[in-house]
Amino acid sequence: MTLADTLFWIVPELMLAGGAMALLILGVYLGDASSRLISTISIALLIAALLVVVALNGGPTQELFGGALRVDAFSSFAKMLILAAAAIAILMSDKYLAGEQLGRFEYPVLIVLAALGMMLMVSANDLIALYMGVETQSLALYILAAFNRDSRRSTEAGLKYFVLGALSSCMLLYGASLIYGFTGSTNFSAIAQSAAVARENVGLVVGLVFLIAGLAFKVSAAPFHMWTPDVYEGAPTPVTAFFAAAPKLAAMALFARALVTPFPDIVDQWRPIIAILAVASMTVGAFSAIVQSNIKRLMAYSSIGHMGFALIGLAAGTANGIGSVLVYMAIYIVMTVGAFACILLMRRRGGMTESIDDLSGLTRTNPGLALALTILLFSLAGVPPMAGFFGKLVVFQAAVEADLVWLAIIGAVMSVISAYYYLRIIWLMWFNEPAPAFEREVGSRLGMTAFGSAALMFPILIVFIGPLVAFARNAAAALF
Amino acid sequence: MIGLGHYLSVAAVLFAIGMAGIFVNRKNVIIILMSIELMLLAVNINLVAFSQFLGDLTGQVFAFMVLTVAAAEAAVGLAILVAFFRNRGDIAVDDANLMKN
Repeated sequence: MTLADTLFWIVPELMLAGGAMALLILGVYLGDASSRLISTISIALLIAALLVVVALNGGPTQELFGGALRVDAFSSFAKMLILAAAAIAILMSDKYLAGEQLGRFEYPVLIVLAALGMMLMVSANDLIALYMGVETQSLALYILAAFNRDSRRSTEAGLKYFVLGALSSCMLLYGASLIYGFTGSTNFSAIAQSAAVARENVGLVVGLVFLIAGLAFKVSAAPFHMWTPDVYEGAPTPVTAFFAAAPKLAAMALFARALVTPFPDIVDQWRPIIAILAVASMTVGAFSAIVQSNIKRLMAYSSIGHMGFALIGLAAGTANGIGSVLVYMAIYIVMTVGAFACILLMRRRGGMTESIDDLSGLTRTNPGLALALTILLFSLAGVPPMAGFFGKLVVFQAAVEADLVWLAIIGAVMSVISAYYYLRIIWLMWFNEPAPAFEREVGSRLGMTAFGSAALMFPILIVFIGPLVAFARNAAAALF
Repeated sequence: MIGLGHYLSVAAVLFAIGMAGIFVNRKNVIIILMSIELMLLAVNINLVAFSQFLGDLTGQVFAFMVLTVAAAEAAVGLAILVAFFRNRGDIAVDDANLMKN
């Protein structure tokens, strides 16, 4: 394959890389007054890259740069969601950042760079590419968490995220070095051949465990979740909205590829670890969220719980299992983006509020917002007939097919327990005395995002759940 | 004769010291940054040792990538630390306690 052919398949990545650098230069010349313009161009760039990914999708699987990157249906599926989530994250931030005097041009550029890292992560088919993708994404995210540099909370969140993120990268890397050493290659396909022979090799299994621990940090699966609530609470809210969506999907997709492609023959070695991570995450998500009074912290525990459900699909380790992870993550991203759009609408004179009690009586002060948030919370809880229910259903189905009935049962129980705190918020909104009303005109973009995602959860996605599952299963089949 | 096992042991010990440094130290965030560097270098020893004993260059390429990323990571980490210090006037680890359960 010639260089031109190779570069043709990574045009979306090249667009983001070149675009981010050009925007940075533009921003330096024009100053902070240009932040609006640069946001708009970044959104256009992300959407353009999304269209290119859609156009390139459907072709045969491509192995690029000596097998370091793989462009297939799986990576295309993840890239579409990542780019859409990144574009919406910038769209949702404008008003908030302007209100908090944070309207600096670096913000959209950092999101574009993070999106670039995530696209590399989901395409990575080699330990080196995996590491470079993870770091490209993480370095941008650390800065975003500390973006409000005059706020104690934001810088503290950035520092915690950096320290624990760097620690997890080290663990991932140590695992990668052991895997390389005991299989003799960094390429996933080559590792698969050696691992099939080396099966019970202690060095290989230890390396695998370190790799899984590092990746579990990135998807914030318990017991590697400690950073999540603090970072979610401290980071500026639009940044939190971004953290909860695209990086989770990218890390989960990377997790799936890094287990399924190189280690299909030792699935018995990693399945129990993933199952334990899933159970721990669901438990932490279900119980710790109950006592929270800050809605961003609650969403952090909620996301930990949701990662647990997604990991059930990964524990199945079958094509249907990975497909169910993709379905679950796609639905989760829409729900969480919508929920954060609602949180960003919680603004009173004098600033944002983050307390759950401020939502009480919302149906009387702002019925539209209350309805959207109710649908989203029902969906997060997995109540039928919302789309969130079908996400859980396909995951449990995949677990049962893989003879992991006990895991599916624990998942169902945890889903019922976690429904408690979602329903509590709904009860507050519908039946409590109204708290002072929120400001009404906080930018129609946020309102549109909230209503759009609520409408997707009920009823639009219910109609299209069949095609979504088929699409995701087709994408997952590319891994096997 | 120094074999692969010796190199791996040194790397494992360095890695463990680095990880202990992160969790044991309660005084200074700079020490955490140093511990992270130590862990990354432990990984590099692993990679170069494997590369030598396997007779395969990939490990050394990997080690260079790690070095480059470590430099970038230190830059970002110190920048965040400076912002933290400006707000707080202190970089003690125990002070990072605004958010708790």
